[in-house]
Amino acid sequence: MKLFDIFAMASSNMFRSKLRTILTIIAIFVGSFTISMTLGISSGISSYIDKQLGSIGAKDALIVHKTVKNSLTTSEGLTKYDPKASINTTATSKFESIMLTPDDISIISKQDGILSVEPMRTALPRYIQGTDKQKYEIDVSETIKGMNIDLVAGRELISDKNEILLPNKYVKPLGFNSAKDAVGKIVKFGINKGLQPELVEISAVIAGVQQESIFGSSSALASSSMINTLYDTQTSGIISTKKQYMAAIARFDINISESKLNDIKESLSKKGYSASTIDDEIGIAKQVINAITYVLIFFGAIALLAASFGIINTLFMAVQERTKEIGLMKAMGMSKGKIFLLFSIEAVLIGLCGSVLGVLVSIGLGNIANSIASKGFLKDLPGFDLTVFPPTGVFLVILLIAGIAFLAGTLPARRAANLDPIDALRYE
Amino acid sequence: MINNIKSSGSTTIGKNKKPIISAIDLTKQYGEKSSLFTALNKICLSIKEGDSIAIIGKSGSGKSTLMHLLALLDTPSSGKIILSGEDTSKMPKKKLDKLRNNTFGFVFQQFFLNSNNTVLDNVILPLKIAGIGKKTRKRRGIEVLKTVELVDKVNNKANDLSGGEKQRVVIARALINNPSIVFADEPTGNLDTATGKKIENILFSLNKEKGISLIVVTHDSDLAKKCDRQIYLSDGEIIKDTNQ
Repeated sequence: MKLFDIFAMASSNMFRSKLRTILTIIAIFVGSFTISMTLGISSGISSYIDKQLGSIGAKDALIVHKTVKNSLTTSEGLTKYDPKASINTTATSKFESIMLTPDDISIISKQDGILSVEPMRTALPRYIQGTDKQKYEIDVSETIKGMNIDLVAGRELISDKNEILLPNKYVKPLGFNSAKDAVGKIVKFGINKGLQPELVEISAVIAGVQQESIFGSSSALASSSMINTLYDTQTSGIISTKKQYMAAIARFDINISESKLNDIKESLSKKGYSASTIDDEIGIAKQVINAITYVLIFFGAIALLAASFGIINTLFMAVQERTKEIGLMKAMGMSKGKIFLLFSIEAVLIGLCGSVLGVLVSIGLGNIANSIASKGFLKDLPGFDLTVFPPTGVFLVILLIAGIAFLAGTLPARRAANLDPIDALRYE
Repeated sequence: MINNIKSSGSTTIGKNKKPIISAIDLTKQYGEKSSLFTALNKICLSIKEGDSIAIIGKSGSGKSTLMHLLALLDTPSSGKIILSGEDTSKMPKKKLDKLRNNTFGFVFQQFFLNSNNTVLDNVILPLKIAGIGKKTRKRRGIEVLKTVELVDKVNNKANDLSGGEKQRVVIARALINNPSIVFADEPTGNLDTATGKKIENILFSLNKEKGISLIVVTHDSDLAKKCDRQIYLSDGEIIKDTNQ
């Protein structure tokens, strides 16, 4: 018997007892839907986190602070520029205690396991101004090598040009119509030259607009050339040992073991620095998401387990009903293997129907949920799709369920294959 | 047409025919030790090409067992079956499956038709199993349905046919592989006398016209008499063989 004919026969056999087959398919559908939906949500969340991670830094980087954490970035709205506010209240006093000095940098660079340390230069311009008259406060950070920034519009920075990436939430207030509109436009920074009270204006081109992030990138990111200009202006006349940095990026060998990395962190912490990798920063969030994912997948797996008993039951009944037919086909020379295949394929087809249906419905509902969520509770997290269905993942889910269905089908298929044609023909 | 063939007789079949299937010391036992039951005891017989043979006996006489063994559906406890000069006991299972598929045709008392499938689908099942393509299957199917005069029912569901029609479909199915032997297990057992006669006529005309060997298992002595040779079985042994 040709494979195609076995296939055709199996698929027509499948619906000989329609209701029974449909009920079994529904059982598989439930399992498939649960697993696929879980996959969709968890990969939606992790792809969002990964995008956000990009804007924090590279994988081989430790972000080193003095033990107090950076508190400049707030999740509240923008702070309007107040020309009367003095430098002392905003910049100096607020940050001095938590700033890294060149001495700190050299201590960190002597730490075992650290390959290089770059101070993360943060320029503290007093304001940013676009086409609108209103000026806003902003801080400007340097891009770290290996950063992968989630852009709404525009392109990445070119290091020797005076360019910045503007956080999306500044687009409208600065007077641009849209993120796209802002790209290529010029903004002006007002910044103190050294300790002098007068402000100098420095202009920069907006190369791109960055997606807003849950991990606090409300700073504009500047190209090396741009940060140099700002930083030099800000520190002009200040002795180099008095230069201060918000943080430093310490590179380590990406291949070192977890425990070695922990040793480095601990050693730094004893010296009064807190060092964390990007994974650390979002570690807890990720752990919670993973735990939820595992629980949901566990439920899905239980549903599938129950469904696979459904397949076994359905096919045992089918074998029982078709005993004579099986006997006849065997008498007519159909081999054991082909009979086995006939029933296995039927099981796989039932599995495929249920799993494809479950996956499709979950994708459909996922997309509906995405559009509802993006207008509702995820409004403040642009770029966050609640569910994402990676094609390979979806394909694997379908394949896995088809595999489970096949395994479930082997029991009844074996019984069918081992039927004695004589007994089968005599069977009443 | 069928009556004509029957009366024209078998001029082509001579006396010195080769045996197509022989049984040597065929024994079949069921159970073990204390509950040992011998269904067949050292049966020896040889059936020639184009013969029509009736195996007659009461229920429990071992006639069905004998047929199953001859049809290679079952394996004997001892003894062997020689099919066209080849010892079947040494054949691998696959070859046995293939032999059954292309040298045997089966007609059963209970038809064993798939009631939801069309007449054509039922008839072409052996070809499907043999792995023959769709076009050839259909062509052959219509051909054999012509010989049993059921071409007009090609697309009917098997369920909608009368008993006689069903048995003709079964015969068509048995013929589709151009078998050299047709096994018929009480082929008229489920039919009324008139329809039964018609089925008998078809079977015997095939035997005479196409030289297909016919092995009929029955307890109906009228049907048995129409065969060239009658083998009477009782308690697993041949008590009378009209050939000897």
